[in-house]
Amino acid sequence: MSVVSVPEQTAAQPGAARRTGRRPVRTLALNIAAVLIGLAAWSLLSVVGVQGLPGPLTVAERAGELIADGTLATDVLASLRRVLLGFVLGTALAVPVGFLMGWYTTARGLLEPYVQFFRTIPPLAIIPLAIVLLGIGEVPKVFVIFLAAFLSSVVAAFQGVVDVDRTLINAARVLGASDRTIFAKVVVPASLPFILVGMRIGLGSAWGTLVAAELIAAQEGLGFRMQQAQLYYDLPTIFVGLISIGVLGLAMDRLLLFAGRRLTSWQETR
Amino acid sequence: MTPKISFRDVVKSFPVKGGSFTALNGASLDIADEEFVTVVGPSGCGKSTLLSMAAGLVEPTAGEVLVDGEHVRGPGPDRGVIFQQYALFPWLTVRKNVEFGLRLADLPPGERTRRAEHAIELVGLTEFADALPKTLSGGMKQRCAIARAYAVDPAVLLMDEPFGALDALTRVQLQDQLLRTWSQDRRTVLFITHDVDEAVYLARRVVVMAARPGRIHTVIDVDLPYPRTEEIRLSPEFGRIRNEVWHSVYHQAAPLPT
Repeated sequence: MSVVSVPEQTAAQPGAARRTGRRPVRTLALNIAAVLIGLAAWSLLSVVGVQGLPGPLTVAERAGELIADGTLATDVLASLRRVLLGFVLGTALAVPVGFLMGWYTTARGLLEPYVQFFRTIPPLAIIPLAIVLLGIGEVPKVFVIFLAAFLSSVVAAFQGVVDVDRTLINAARVLGASDRTIFAKVVVPASLPFILVGMRIGLGSAWGTLVAAELIAAQEGLGFRMQQAQLYYDLPTIFVGLISIGVLGLAMDRLLLFAGRRLTSWQETR
Repeated sequence: MTPKISFRDVVKSFPVKGGSFTALNGASLDIADEEFVTVVGPSGCGKSTLLSMAAGLVEPTAGEVLVDGEHVRGPGPDRGVIFQQYALFPWLTVRKNVEFGLRLADLPPGERTRRAEHAIELVGLTEFADALPKTLSGGMKQRCAIARAYAVDPAVLLMDEPFGALDALTRVQLQDQLLRTWSQDRRTVLFITHDVDEAVYLARRVVVMAARPGRIHTVIDVDLPYPRTEEIRLSPEFGRIRNEVWHSVYHQAAPLPT
């Protein structure tokens, strides 16, 4: 047997682990400092500056009340249910449609005009149409969120398929892979990073559409609560709503980012 | 005797704006069974196109490409291809990469494992069998790609500048390893390179190509015995052939104006 044992160094750089793994302590400290400075500036503004602006303590107090009487939990659950339902449906449709568009030129020719056209219409602009056609129940809200998630993800999935390295496809072909095998074993895993990026954008877009969707005669939800608070000039409740939306959005984004990193840890870091 | 690979008046042209570009203009070449042939030439001479046609990845515009006397219709596991960019599936470990072709061949799992392990051992990657490609150096990646091709046991190896992106020392080590394996299994090898030393060191015949339009310029026999060694690499005879090849590659008649 002709085995050569060549002392080769592996390509693992010491810097890579630090870049992708734990964030340096310094950055974290700066992040915390930034939040504290922001809170201080907010307090200062509410005391000396803007008329009627509630300070952080007032808002925290209101948050306590809303948590205690269960309103916040009900609203958060209602909003999350709509967003997740719309997002899951949108992504579930976007991935196969994006794959079809990337893989078959016929499908691309037929679908691309619609995707590109509807992409330029903000999902919010669909709301009047959705109300007229779908009524004022849960359906139009979920539909608008679905549309927002679908349109962001479909382009990413499509681009992911188009950008798959031709050499990888050729490598599979010369090993005897059929088109179906190439699709399942090469195109799908190779475009996964793109799809995950599309899903993150889609989630952001879905979350952003939420509040407006909840203006459609909702009975509960963060957007509805803020709309109600606006009528009564109840600024603390509006702040609680805004902060909840921000925190939840950030949490979902990080969750998806983390899951994505786990799923695509095979990628070379450039 | 039927040649293993046969190119007959092969032409390849691509449509470009306002006409067509001829990548290969009437190339004919026979490669015998168990022969090691290298192809060397300036960029744009169509040497990679020649290999892609034998692989079945590119169809000739005119002429024919035969393997074992049969027309090439698409790629097949009888012809293993090694690409310059390694083309490993980055989401699979070394072992899974090597098993990729074996899974397609529907081998029983035991046989699959055995053959994959043998191929990995042959290129000296046993220790790294469960590593992902991103943790490997360029030379190790290419050894993994070679193992992936060996695993399905092709009769023909088509190598497209496989060592072009590697450093000089790694390149020489992989050349020696390739020749050692070849001396045992005697697969027919068509090896594309832009490195004249590499072309002469490996081959029994060096095909020199010319550009604009791409064509076969001349074929030079390398009358040096196998196994090739350091001694041969430094011999005056090697130097003479190397100079001859070098001369015909870099002192070709001025290219036709395009």
